[in-house]
Amino acid sequence: MTGVPTNRRWGLFMSEQHKSGTHNHAMPSDPALRVQALESVLVEKGLVDPKTLDTIVDYYETEVGPRNGARVVARAWSDSDYRSWLFEDASAAIADMGYEGRQGEDMVALENTPTVHNMVVCTLCSCYPWPVLGLPPVWYKSPPYRSRAVIEPRVVLAEFGIELGDDVEVRVWDSTAELRYLVVPMRPAGTDGWSAEQLAKLVTRDSMIGTGLPLQPGEAS
Amino acid sequence: MNSVHDMGGMHGFGPVATEANEPVFHHDWEGRTIACVLAMSAWGKWNLDRSRFFRESIPGPRYLNISYYEIWLDGLIAMAADAGLASLEELNSGHADPGAEKCTPGFTADKVIPAMQRGRSARRADADLTARFAPGDKVRARNTNPRGHTRLPRYVRGRCGVIDRVHGEFVFPDSNAHFKGEAPQTVYSVRFTSAELWGNDVGHPDDKVFVDMWDSYLEQA
Repeated sequence: MTGVPTNRRWGLFMSEQHKSGTHNHAMPSDPALRVQALESVLVEKGLVDPKTLDTIVDYYETEVGPRNGARVVARAWSDSDYRSWLFEDASAAIADMGYEGRQGEDMVALENTPTVHNMVVCTLCSCYPWPVLGLPPVWYKSPPYRSRAVIEPRVVLAEFGIELGDDVEVRVWDSTAELRYLVVPMRPAGTDGWSAEQLAKLVTRDSMIGTGLPLQPGEAS
Repeated sequence: MNSVHDMGGMHGFGPVATEANEPVFHHDWEGRTIACVLAMSAWGKWNLDRSRFFRESIPGPRYLNISYYEIWLDGLIAMAADAGLASLEELNSGHADPGAEKCTPGFTADKVIPAMQRGRSARRADADLTARFAPGDKVRARNTNPRGHTRLPRYVRGRCGVIDRVHGEFVFPDSNAHFKGEAPQTVYSVRFTSAELWGNDVGHPDDKVFVDMWDSYLEQA
């Protein structure tokens, strides 16, 4: 797996903290060693089965991810009945695609239009719709995003490369309860006649969080 | 509790640091951590709300100085010790006490995918409550500062909004986190204007923030 320097995790914030030397030395600082100790004692006490842990890791690394959500969005783009169902009862419509479970039990779909742009945050922790988007990226869980998305969403969006006009209302959804939100971006122009499979390739993870836009035809790999 | 996890509206955390082609896990220990968290929850010794309470109980300076998976790791260790499943000494040293009882994990690998796909909805449709508010009703978030767990962010307390939609009945975290019962309440999506939350000189006054709120967080405005 690709390692990244620790100070990339929370951007400037972490590197400043490291410089000021406010590290906590009360326990081993290397989380890898701490998790190794934890897992080892849990296995020794018969509290977890290591094969169970392997299966969970594999499930979230390979089975669950934003490709699931992209298929939901692409179907909503190409099937108006499904689109209506998705906005009426997102949990059922998404389960119909086979995506359900932990952290996606109660879903709400949000519709982007020429005059409304939705974006999702969890200011209190890291709530995120796992079955459709997978586990959240580091930035989604980081203090800069959690603090700023609600007070200066347009500045945050600009950092993600999205500039919105004054005629567009920004709606920020703070996932404070057990509802999980999926943004349905606008279908890109020039995709008439595309299959759902082709359309899904245009749907990015960030476009379903609301911090990105779908790819344009020709941008998809 | 009023700790640093409640970040909405804070300044000082810098830009959002994104990473192109971010892997699901940057290090093996991150996957093992989430796997331990999910596997240990199968013992039924705590619940999701209590997990959040333990994470937000991490001392503020440390919470801000560690990665999100370390927050989960700290929370799990504290919770496992609190629940009596292992002592802190065992969890930190990686060795079970001599003569410690050995359990047999019931959450075996074959149960992982069904359990993840089934999820654990906090919706309690059978609670049979009458919603106090309807869409369009004007409400105010109560000004309250509980020392225990709450999902009422500071930035909305005392602010007026409008009921946007009624989500239904859900387990009440402020009670459930402290093992005082699920005590389901109606959850609403409450719409706040940017101007109400942040004043007229920040951002676009007509942009909106939607916050999911349990009934007892609200009063009529």
